[in-house]
Amino acid sequence: MNGLMFLIPVALGMGALGLAMFFWAMKDGQFEDLDGAAHRILIDDEDEPK
Amino acid sequence: MSAHHALTADDAVELVDSRFSVPGMRCAGCIAKLERELPKVEGVAEARVNFSVKRVALRHAPAVDEDALIHAIEDLGFEAQRIEDNPLGTNDADRKLLLRALAVSGFGMMNIMLLSVSVWSGAGGVTKQLFHWLSAIIAIPVIAYAGRPFFASAWMALKHWRTNMDVPISIGVLLASAMSFYETATGGEHAYFESVVMLLFFLLCGRALDAMMRGKTRAGIDALLGKMGKSAAVVGDDGSVSRVPANEIEPGMVMLVAAGEALAADGEVIEGSSAIDNSMLTGESRLEPATPGSEIHAGTINVMAPIRVRATAVASDTKVAEIARLMDEAGQSRSRYVRIADKASRYYAPAVHTLAALAFTGWMIAGAGWHQSLIIAIAVLIITCPCALGLAVPAAQVVASNRLLKEGLLVKDGTALERLADVDSVCFDKTGTLTLGEPRPDVSRLGEEAKAVGLALAQNSRHPLSKGLSKTLLAEGVAPAAISDVAERPGMGVFASLDGTEVALARPSETSDHPTSELRIGEKAYVIHFADPLREDISQTLESLDALGLESALLSGDRVEAVDAVASRFDLTGKGGLSPADKLEILNAMKAAGQLPLMVGDGLNDGPALAAAHAAIAPGSASDASQQAADAVFIGERLMPVAKAVQVARATMRVVRQNFVLAIGYNILAVPLAFFGMVTPLIAAIAMSISSLIVVGNSLRLAGAAK
Repeated sequence: MNGLMFLIPVALGMGALGLAMFFWAMKDGQFEDLDGAAHRILIDDEDEPK
Repeated sequence: MSAHHALTADDAVELVDSRFSVPGMRCAGCIAKLERELPKVEGVAEARVNFSVKRVALRHAPAVDEDALIHAIEDLGFEAQRIEDNPLGTNDADRKLLLRALAVSGFGMMNIMLLSVSVWSGAGGVTKQLFHWLSAIIAIPVIAYAGRPFFASAWMALKHWRTNMDVPISIGVLLASAMSFYETATGGEHAYFESVVMLLFFLLCGRALDAMMRGKTRAGIDALLGKMGKSAAVVGDDGSVSRVPANEIEPGMVMLVAAGEALAADGEVIEGSSAIDNSMLTGESRLEPATPGSEIHAGTINVMAPIRVRATAVASDTKVAEIARLMDEAGQSRSRYVRIADKASRYYAPAVHTLAALAFTGWMIAGAGWHQSLIIAIAVLIITCPCALGLAVPAAQVVASNRLLKEGLLVKDGTALERLADVDSVCFDKTGTLTLGEPRPDVSRLGEEAKAVGLALAQNSRHPLSKGLSKTLLAEGVAPAAISDVAERPGMGVFASLDGTEVALARPSETSDHPTSELRIGEKAYVIHFADPLREDISQTLESLDALGLESALLSGDRVEAVDAVASRFDLTGKGGLSPADKLEILNAMKAAGQLPLMVGDGLNDGPALAAAHAAIAPGSASDASQQAADAVFIGERLMPVAKAVQVARATMRVVRQNFVLAIGYNILAVPLAFFGMVTPLIAAIAMSISSLIVVGNSLRLAGAAK
């Protein structure tokens, strides 16, 4: 029973953290352009002299 | 970053956002090009591409006008169109709400499931009580949040004395939650929070997927439609000028139309002379002169110089609106295909409630006790919910539309796919449909230098021939030469200098029967011939259509000889010299003979035929009126999407029929089981979710249908 008292809040807390991160990611616009994200990885970085 | 002119964020001016639809972007290279090159344009601070909806968002100084930005994007080799501020706002908000609800219900489901599994595997006494209470504490806020889309829709329906799919879901969810709470509070054996939350989770999965795919499809269509002038600068009696929205303009008002502006109402020119681009109405790229007294129409674009126009017909009386209305009426006969599933759901939902009520009273009479009877009634309510049936048609249509969008074809609504699946013959228009509908130059005789100079000059002109030239040269990968002192003289051409040499892209000294342009570099002169070429993949498309069992024919308003030449080349039956009425008559005759023709055409002269045909497709370059009349619009230079459309539409109808069988079969099996008390609410929730997911999964097979 003591273990449960400890583990259940931990499980809930981790779930809530995941949920909060998802909400943040959505607010941040990370799901706005899924196809674009897949393509962007192919873009070469510009080699610009600093 | 890279730009010399680029504004920095701390510039004193307040930057504004504009969004443009750029349907031509295809790959990572396009994203990189747009995002790197656009900030180099003077006044533009930032460019951000959204590839999924093919859009570019620009942050720029308010002084930079829309046309300059569109021109800048065109210089990079893309077509662009301004998008009104947030036309999809509500749609977008819907999607986000569903995703959030999905995440919350997913969170709730996992945690409650964890607790329920321990209860099922034998936790007893205090632990069980504790777990039930914990489940209740998690479930109640989760249900309140994640259930909102269903409760809201059910409430809307009930308020109007109607019922929809969401009514039995909401009643089931609320009843089961109330009952579980009662069980928990009285220390009973079972709580059904996990069933409720799981039901919500799976239902939300389906809804969110649906909303995402719909959003994508709609974005593409909105980009193509909606180009008419939204407002006009109206000159008051005292000479003051103010902007008036299109629907508030009154006949007799005098509008000041700037060069490059689209007209917001029909009118008569009273001052100034210019040229008008009618392509939106007629699909014709030739400019028409406008002088005092000439009549011009809403939706057309004033190209050369500012003019004053007295409005004669406004809003719904304009020619554009009239054509749209005529087509709407002609198209009415097609919309008798009321969606079967909607109809079924309408009769079905009340049946579900009656059945659940019957189950409850039946078991009460049989002496099962109100607790047992209520559980059975809830199971019946959940298991018979017509979700799978309701999803059968839209899920398949949405997946198919999305698949076709990737092929370059925008389907305007779901019923269009039903009609496209039935067609048994195809009629093509020639100009603008089998051909590209825009002038393309023959640049094979130009050298490297000539090409570079030609591109630099062409980019500085709005003339249709110049646009065609710059498009072709950009596609070849030519880089523009550095020219200076550029001047465009209306009716003459573009003149500039290159390292001290006079260069020009001008009207040729000799006239010919087809459009030509003369490129002069110092003493040298090249004549560039323009033609409207045939699309490249006509024969493959016709072969595919033939393989689908469709007969193809050519109906054109062009000269008989020209039509015959094309017809014999592709082995088609062709008729030339047809008026719009002739085309309409031919299509009506085909329909009377029991055929179901598909019309593919672009111009205003095809409008009646497009509206009368069983199904219609127009190219993206077509007049707005034609796009309005068509069921689908294809973009790009290939004709293949036409064949793909029929192929995918047929596959869609096959899947829809399978979905019906699956959904109805499930109900026939599951309802009696639930009715006779052999199903607990948990199993009911699983069974009903699985039946919906199977229907969605079956529809997803369409994603590969066009391969």
